[in-house]
Amino acid sequence: MSFLVELSISVLLLLGGLFVLVGSIGLIRLQDFYTRLHAPTKATTLGLGGVLVASIVYMYDLQGYVSINELLITLFLVITAPVTAHILAKVAMHHRVKLIQHTRNQALVETARMQLPADLEETPTQTNSNEPS
Amino acid sequence: MSLFSRLLPTPLNSLTLLFVWLMLNNTFSLGHIVLGSVLAIVIPLLCVSLRVPQHTVKRPLKTISYALLVLKDIVVANIEVALLVVGPINKINPGFVAVPLDVTGTFPITVLASSVTMTPGTVSADISKDEKWLYVHVLNMPEDEQEVIALIKHRYESRIKEIFGC
Repeated sequence: MSFLVELSISVLLLLGGLFVLVGSIGLIRLQDFYTRLHAPTKATTLGLGGVLVASIVYMYDLQGYVSINELLITLFLVITAPVTAHILAKVAMHHRVKLIQHTRNQALVETARMQLPADLEETPTQTNSNEPS
Repeated sequence: MSLFSRLLPTPLNSLTLLFVWLMLNNTFSLGHIVLGSVLAIVIPLLCVSLRVPQHTVKRPLKTISYALLVLKDIVVANIEVALLVVGPINKINPGFVAVPLDVTGTFPITVLASSVTMTPGTVSADISKDEKWLYVHVLNMPEDEQEVIALIKHRYESRIKEIFGC
């Protein structure tokens, strides 16, 4: 294995590892559920992408042809990650998961729960009257 | 209905299944081609009664440029979120926005919601039952929330509308 290949694989692995690490740090550091959702859906895709590209380069150097499994992993990741994030966010909205104080437009959580049209002026009064006891 | 369309109700899906099967096994040997073909015929036949009529892709070439655009945005989003996460945490201003939807149909909306989740600082959270509003959580809201809505509408929604022709 030539030096150049080794170097590029190392750089890709390090970059990937760095982004996964940042995603995990985000999980700890961010304050509420919704903001925490951003770290694993975003930072981790690029992290995993880096590791997978490194794997493709390594396998190509070893076998002489591009292994396609990595591309499939990327495909499945890109399809599944947004769906899980969406479902988690939806469930959180319907369970009224705590938000950090300065989140803007918090009334939209209620409009989404009640399936009302998203008119910002109307909603606060409506949500108050519909508050379950 | 001809024999062909009865045997292969969704030829494109069958072809995709065959390719994914061959990719999963990382081979083009005859045995796997036969096995993959059997799966590609049997699975769509089992699923045909579950199908909901969907919008079809009207302009396939546009999907490639759209995929590249989203891919580029994923990289940008990753770096942006990484910087936000490492930086001062109290300066982050999260918030919700409701995006009025112009695209219709479940499949185009799913594509839009997924793109929104994968790209800069936004996660799609809910869709109103009448499929007119997409609720989005924004990690770091700019001063003017219309900016976010305009970005989603111009950058992604208009392109999806073109692709699906709806």
